[in-house]
Amino acid sequence: MSRLSEDNVRIALEIIGHYPRARSATIPLLHLAQQQDGYVTNDAIRHIGELVGATSAEVLGTATFYEMFKFEPVGKYLVNICRTMSCALLGGDQLMHHAEHTLGIKAGSTTPDGLFTLEHAECQAACTEAPTLQVNYRYRFRVTPETFDALIDDLRAGRLDSEIPPHGTVSRVRQRIPVDRGVGVVAPEDVTTAPSWMLAPEAAK
Amino acid sequence: MTTTESNDVSSDDSPAVIPDPNAVSVIINGKQFIARQGDLIIKAAEDAGVYIPRFCYHERMSPVGMCRMCLVEVDTGRGPALMPSCMFPVAPGMVVDTESPVSKAAQEGVIELLLANHPLDCPVCDKGGECPLQDQSFSHGPGESRYVEEKRHYEKPIPISELVFLDRERCILCDRCTRFADEVAGDALIHFTSRGNTTQVITFPDEPFSSYFSGNTVQICPVGALTAKPYRFKARPWDLEEAESTCTSCAVGCRIAVQSSRDELLRYQGVDSDPVNWGWLCDKGRFGFEGIKHDDRLTTPLVRTAQGHEATSWNAASAAAVQLITDAIAAGGASSVAVLGGARGNNEDAFAWARLAHDVIGTPNVSAQFADGLPVGVLGMPRATIDETAAAPTVILLAPDLKEELPVLYLRLRDAAVKHRSRVIEFAPKASGLTRYAWRTVFYEPGTQAEAVRAALATTDIAAQVAMGDVVIVVGRANLAESSAPTVAALHALVAALPNARVLPALRRGNVMGAISVGMRPGKGGLDSRGILNAAADGKIECLILVGADPLADVPDGDLARRAMAGARRIIAVDTFINASSALADVVFPAAAYAEKSGTTTNIEGRVTTLAQKVTVTGTSRPDWMVAGDLALRLGTDLGFRSVDDITASIAATVDGFEDVTPLALAHAPNGVLTSVVVMEPVVTPSIVLAERNSYDFRLVVSRKLYDQAIGTSTSPSLSPLAPGGAVFVHSLDVARVGSAIGASVKVSTPKATIVLPLAADDSVQRGTAWIPFNQSGANPGDLIDAAAIVTDVRIESI
Repeated sequence: MSRLSEDNVRIALEIIGHYPRARSATIPLLHLAQQQDGYVTNDAIRHIGELVGATSAEVLGTATFYEMFKFEPVGKYLVNICRTMSCALLGGDQLMHHAEHTLGIKAGSTTPDGLFTLEHAECQAACTEAPTLQVNYRYRFRVTPETFDALIDDLRAGRLDSEIPPHGTVSRVRQRIPVDRGVGVVAPEDVTTAPSWMLAPEAAK
Repeated sequence: MTTTESNDVSSDDSPAVIPDPNAVSVIINGKQFIARQGDLIIKAAEDAGVYIPRFCYHERMSPVGMCRMCLVEVDTGRGPALMPSCMFPVAPGMVVDTESPVSKAAQEGVIELLLANHPLDCPVCDKGGECPLQDQSFSHGPGESRYVEEKRHYEKPIPISELVFLDRERCILCDRCTRFADEVAGDALIHFTSRGNTTQVITFPDEPFSSYFSGNTVQICPVGALTAKPYRFKARPWDLEEAESTCTSCAVGCRIAVQSSRDELLRYQGVDSDPVNWGWLCDKGRFGFEGIKHDDRLTTPLVRTAQGHEATSWNAASAAAVQLITDAIAAGGASSVAVLGGARGNNEDAFAWARLAHDVIGTPNVSAQFADGLPVGVLGMPRATIDETAAAPTVILLAPDLKEELPVLYLRLRDAAVKHRSRVIEFAPKASGLTRYAWRTVFYEPGTQAEAVRAALATTDIAAQVAMGDVVIVVGRANLAESSAPTVAALHALVAALPNARVLPALRRGNVMGAISVGMRPGKGGLDSRGILNAAADGKIECLILVGADPLADVPDGDLARRAMAGARRIIAVDTFINASSALADVVFPAAAYAEKSGTTTNIEGRVTTLAQKVTVTGTSRPDWMVAGDLALRLGTDLGFRSVDDITASIAATVDGFEDVTPLALAHAPNGVLTSVVVMEPVVTPSIVLAERNSYDFRLVVSRKLYDQAIGTSTSPSLSPLAPGGAVFVHSLDVARVGSAIGASVKVSTPKATIVLPLAADDSVQRGTAWIPFNQSGANPGDLIDAAAIVTDVRIESI
């Protein structure tokens, strides 16, 4: 349980600076919190509320809409196995059964070493490659029990570290846009004139 | 498409009738109606006598279209289509059909879906019998359900605050409570979470819905999802009897419905009074009824004997009181009798006591305030109503924290500020509930508010703002640790610069405006409350009469109050409880409490509204006016009052400003009758000379929280735990100066006294000042306050 670190507060303030209203930064800051701790802690929610001027209840209300924000500790690798039509027809269920057996946990839980969390997922939009799974949202196609075991071995051995960062990582290189290079977004309620592209061609000139 | 022109009734031979530009002609269920521009269809239909079922729509909140219950067929010229009537304003020529087969099918479908997951536990649900879901299932539902699956289940109920319980399985997700919390109260502590199949309203873990206004969510919940602890499982709605009355917990004057069953008060509900409370109540007002039925209520008169207080008859007590008064007059003349109080009763009580004091006893020493109010002359300044204040372009606050002292006035001003009708310029010694919404907040060091006002008015932006139109000054005592002089000086500075500004007094006690207006104020040459207390302390008061007054708890200067109570030779008290002060009285009369007596009350704007008796008095207690009438008769004068209406009529006949407040007028005015402002004695501009402040000292601010140890709160089991308790608060950057850890006990001292309180940090407190909430548990900050001093400086030291 932790609030945002000092470094992350600096990033958070920069993110907030990109928006005309601090509250608009709620979701990027939730990503930041999840990146920091692997899941969104209650302390982080409270901290985000303070940063954007919202109550903790409001931040929680926003965050809980999104499946990909987690509020309980999640393993370093979140394994989502698809169970929608194509995958189900081509062995998704057996794959899940095998995965549960291999990892020794039921779907929805985390291995005691904190390495893997196993979850069902709905359609991952790769039906031609069924059955599919994602590790921290990185695809694996036409997964068989053998390739699944190999994948787990690779992850355990750290052979995939360069491809698959720990759960919560949004990107390894954060895009930094200095505030002075922002596009100068104006809040909708502060807009007084129609944008130039809506004006008649002559008026726009 | 038809237009408004088709309604134009002017013809060639009649003079031109100018069509109302705001009129919109619509057809509802085949009949033509004229609606107002901007009205929502659901509202226009209701005004036309057509009820469209609804759950989420609430007239005092913005529409959200959550529940879909108000779907009706609307034809705007493109053919009929189903529309949620709470989301669309009327348009010219609109054809609305609320009874068409399509409308009916839509409404039945919505009810059926809502009931799919709603438990059928109406027989054990508090809402059963007054439940919009139950009622509208009967009136607009299909009558049967096709849903045979298992309903959802949640843990039930969970407390979301000290006062409110939530049954999530009953919730239909109408967004009323969450909208209220965010939009109206500004305490967005409940919110929808896990939106989707499992949407539910919930608080953040360990952050309860501790809003001062949480009870309103229970009242507006259209199902039994939210229930209030004080009423849960207490009664069925069909067993309740109800009378409309006015809340007197503070002086805003919110209209309420007092409900009882078998002669026991069980619930108050807010009544929508457009000029005052808009249907809202604060929790202190809503749940304060518990104190009225408390076991410790006085039931018989008491007289002091060698063994202490002894119960006696009214006859004996009255005779004893008259003996005390005549002895006092014989010993020191009529002016050695003083009367304090009246603000906790109604206009009639105050008037009878004022007549007794001024005309029968003949003393000018009468006061309804307890050295914590304003000079009565402020009441004679041009006054603004609450509506006028909330519509004025500029509202200047020179007042206590309205959220703590006049909560529903806070709601009205917050609404004005967030909807951009008013800009609030706040002058305060400490951040208040309205600081978040204020356009400008000027923090001043206690005592220097007049300079702060003058400096602020000299700045360009504030000068430009106050020149924009009406200005209303809300004035009251922001700090009990200073005299009223600096506030009055600041008020004078404002009025001198803004001669057209009007004033809204922010005085707190229920009927303080009424009591002062009908005569509970010093007569010619009479002493004000501080004068009376000083005289009593000096042994010059032969008989002190307390009418619903507890100087030991009410007067900020605790030492003065103690000396006054010790110095007064004879004390008569009229009260509902034995409190610190009435415990010292020689005779105590048990007074009828709120809802045990009828009458009228006057709110801060001078609006007189009715009070209803709903339950029988406790024991043999009587309304204050009867006590006054009896004592007057025994002293040889018949005041001539035989009923409350007699007195109301007498007030209308004799009190300036109350001419229109007749019993008949009140009977026909649910929103009450406004009194006119009567110019009283002019307010003298005080000259203020502040002593140089020692830089080691903190300047003291003492102010009230909504919940404290006042008798009404401490005798309500649901409210008393909400009092925060005493502590001395400093700014977090000042903690190091004190040299103690937060939470540690520290000595707070003046040359006069030292008290010990825990230290706390609060950044709403300004640097260099210290804040202590008044009348909380722990040491009494009143011991530090000297009523004769303009400000109070304290030293805070670790122990």
